[in-house]
Amino acid sequence: MKRRAVMAGIGALFVGACSKVADTKIGASLLDAAEDWHRKAHRALADRYALVREYSKADISPYFRGNGSINVETDAYQRHVSEGFDNWRLEVGGLVRNPMSLSLENIRKLPQRTQITRHDCVEGWSAIGEWTGPQLSLILEAAGISEDAKFIVFRCADNLNGAEYYESIDLVDAMHPQTIIAHQLNGENLPVKNGAPLRMRIEKQLGYKHPKYLTAIEVVSSLDAIGLGKGGYWEDRAGYQWYAGI
Amino acid sequence: MKRHNLATRLWHWVNLACVVILFMSGLNISNAHLWLYWGQWGFAPEQAWLRVPRFPGWMTIPDYYSLAAARDWHILAAWPFALGMLFMWAAMLANRHFWRDLRTSRREWKPAAIRHDIIQHLKLNFDHEGSKYNFLQKLAYGLVLGILLPGMIFSGLAISPGFEAAAPWLVDGFGGRQSARSIHFIFAWGIFAFFVVHVVLVLLSGPVRQIRDMITGGRL
Repeated sequence: MKRRAVMAGIGALFVGACSKVADTKIGASLLDAAEDWHRKAHRALADRYALVREYSKADISPYFRGNGSINVETDAYQRHVSEGFDNWRLEVGGLVRNPMSLSLENIRKLPQRTQITRHDCVEGWSAIGEWTGPQLSLILEAAGISEDAKFIVFRCADNLNGAEYYESIDLVDAMHPQTIIAHQLNGENLPVKNGAPLRMRIEKQLGYKHPKYLTAIEVVSSLDAIGLGKGGYWEDRAGYQWYAGI
Repeated sequence: MKRHNLATRLWHWVNLACVVILFMSGLNISNAHLWLYWGQWGFAPEQAWLRVPRFPGWMTIPDYYSLAAARDWHILAAWPFALGMLFMWAAMLANRHFWRDLRTSRREWKPAAIRHDIIQHLKLNFDHEGSKYNFLQKLAYGLVLGILLPGMIFSGLAISPGFEAAAPWLVDGFGGRQSARSIHFIFAWGIFAFFVVHVVLVLLSGPVRQIRDMITGGRL
């Protein structure tokens, strides 16, 4: 028992020192910078449009786990559910020449991409599913993004713990061929627990970067004025990394 | 001649700091999802081969559950850890530490020689004639430098969805992302086991001299 107490003591001292480091300006900026080094290394080591692995139908998981919000408890969303999402709109706006408002019918008529990919949650688990939808790049090209555009912000009907869920990515990930607006999972309309009727697939990043219940795509030059300024719901609230490729 | 050259000493202490931070922040990350799987995917207890315990605060960085802060520490310390490993291998090959001290000879693998070495260890007789390290030491250092530490870097890279596009063969090499995650966990405890044995043997073989020599270099 004594050795354990000594170990615990040493552990506590070390952990205490670590939280002191994290509280200092240099410590905190180092911890932030590391995330950027990984992003730059990933981008330097592979072609920016290099694809992540796509699987065969035999690899698909028996079901696809729903995580985070698995329903949206608002009257507006429940009305959309009962209407079969017939009146759902996806707004495309911000720094674009042609703002758009798309129905699911419009989205289904666009050229589609189907991909069987692995979804990796920040918690550690993975699931494989087949997703179908138009590429985000196609919609951004149609909308005509301005030269000042730097980030794409995703708005959602998702109301997690009473706050609006949102996420953002840069243009490299936005134009990636596997970045799609999915309306189907495993050949059927997206289930509510997985983000019906629309969710993003951003395959080179972890699951919290793939917003569900998508209502709007906003093109911006800076993330400072969006949410609390860190680029996403979890980034604002819990300090999650904005670049979630690690 | 120095007992430990400068490259070895520098790497030893930087690596110790990195491994401690990576191990303790890793246990915090492990607390986010307690099940380990084989293959590409896995997300529910019935698919798991192991449910690991939840690690208490005194074992983790930070000392409360925070996946975000633990990941910050983990991905920061990964840089000096991986670059340090690269440096140490380059140095070991260049300064002949590997060829001279760590490489085993065929003679050492003979059962009688191994038995003799085990008996000498059990008698706590750490004098060895001729070469700098005895067989069990070479085996332990070889395992940790050649397999466990590099294995942590490669299995860590294989877990990263952003790195996958650069080297999809790496994920396949481990048999899938969830296999890589399981191996990451197993190797972490392998390194912990090495750490315990290493510290115990240092304590049994004149700890003051051992630690001093790993700082100043000592004399052979």
